Amino acid sequence: MNRVLIIAEHSNGKLNASVAKCVSCAASIPDAEIAIAVLAGDGGAVAAEAAKIQGVARVLHVRNPANEPALAAVLAPQVARLADGYSHVFGSSTTFGKDLMPRVAALLGAPQISDIMAVESPTRFKRPVYAGNAIATVEAPAGPQLVATVRVASYQPAPAGEPAPVETPEVDATLPTHTRFVSVSGARSDRPDLQTAARVVSGGRALGSKENFALIQRLADRLGAAIGASRAAVDAGFAPNELQVGQTGKIIAPELYVAIGISGAIQHLTGIKDARTIVAINKDAEAPIFEVADYGLVGDLFTLIPEIEKQL
Amino acid sequence: MRRILVALKRAIDFNVRVRVRPDGQGVVTDGVKMSTNPFDEIALEEALRIRERGGADEVVAISIGPDEAQQQLRNALAMGADRAILVRTNQAIEPPAIARVLLVFVERESPMLVILGKQAIDDDSNQTGQMLAALWQRPQATFASKLELTDTVARVTREVDAGLETIEVDLPAVVTTDLRLNEPRYIKLPDIMKAKKKPLDVTDLASLGVETESQLRLVRLEPPPQRQKGVIVKDAAELVAALRQKGLV
Repeated sequence: MNRVLIIAEHSNGKLNASVAKCVSCAASIPDAEIAIAVLAGDGGAVAAEAAKIQGVARVLHVRNPANEPALAAVLAPQVARLADGYSHVFGSSTTFGKDLMPRVAALLGAPQISDIMAVESPTRFKRPVYAGNAIATVEAPAGPQLVATVRVASYQPAPAGEPAPVETPEVDATLPTHTRFVSVSGARSDRPDLQTAARVVSGGRALGSKENFALIQRLADRLGAAIGASRAAVDAGFAPNELQVGQTGKIIAPELYVAIGISGAIQHLTGIKDARTIVAINKDAEAPIFEVADYGLVGDLFTLIPEIEKQL
Repeated sequence: MRRILVALKRAIDFNVRVRVRPDGQGVVTDGVKMSTNPFDEIALEEALRIRERGGADEVVAISIGPDEAQQQLRNALAMGADRAILVRTNQAIEPPAIARVLLVFVERESPMLVILGKQAIDDDSNQTGQMLAALWQRPQATFASKLELTDTVARVTREVDAGLETIEVDLPAVVTTDLRLNEPRYIKLPDIMKAKKKPLDVTDLASLGVETESQLRLVRLEPPPQRQKGVIVKDAAELVAALRQKGLV
């Protein structure tokens, strides 16, 4: 029996969409029993949501005002306690999971495998290295615990199922006060979330300015798509950092990815290679983005975007 | 002495097109340019800026790796680090062991801050800083895009999925850097000459008595599956028609 504990990411009373993808990954481990830990200030609704993911055997709901907003240093000692008796402790490879899980691993004295993209056995996993230019198959020792993050772009979300029981274990851990939340700012919008959207329209440096980037927003709205950006566009201030797609930004796997004015640096391609269909629009016919695009359109984006809108 | 410890990793240069070796046990490194992991260079730049504005007295660069990593440490000294430490080993070492080794030097040097890259661009693990912070039982501020210091506290803006998060951590603490924290300076020729006179201590890893045996085993390395090159359409109408046919718009 492999007992997998998944640490749930959530915010504003909602479970993060990556959690159901982690469940899919965990469910691909043979003979797995899956539990989800929800550590929250309140978290009742989040725990109920987590319990309804198919394949989940139980939810461990830990309520503590110190748990919200989430801070890795505060959560880690609690997760380390909850992990007792579990063979695998998983988190999403979101910034939440990337921040938290290594701290948990160190407290447990366990190794960590980052960005699992495939499960080969309970101890053998595939993960990308060198910005996705190589895929490593890695074997963890049998016996001790294993901590991992799950590359969410590699998995479909597990469907809804019958609700699993929610337990409220006591967690006896000393919580540090050396780390304090101050604020979070992000453009909250009604647009689909970049990491889980079925369609994404991304803009690059060729947009030329923040004002011109509105063209991307307009097309995205027409398509019901999320907005992304290349690192160059973010560095130039055309788009906020949370929209960056690529090795050091978000790794995404939408049904449709439209790259506009993006040349396609390897670091950007790393973030989109799991997209089902890639469309590239660029005036440079030699741009590397065309090497991976299913449909390429060579020309001036300022002419082509309005033409596309007209066709929609 | 208010000291900042910066950890640097020697890694394949970010401009190199990495190729998997035919035996599947590594990547081609013969004749390949090696550099300091770019995120670690940003870490060093940040430490230097803090010292230059009077927020620290000394910047110490440390690397764990082969003898050749002295090149990266000499570069760090040329950029402006005051001294450097090489923990020499030819073994490939995993983040938990790196964190244990760094902890030895953290205890020796008592830094107010340890700054390092959020990940190395070779193994892309994104683990070492968080693990060090846990073992040290101190705060971590990962993925930093802004760092402000007082005598006792660091206020760090972090690049997170939701946008920018700001946290406050008591010192000493571990900070890991994201790309937009700063742009590292270029090294000037006179600095390279000056760096030759700065101290670079070499310690053999084995002499530290730290458990560094690998826990994970690389079974094989393979090139990623390639996407098929698609078609070039002639205009917007043909593009939209193709997408419509696939049910994508």
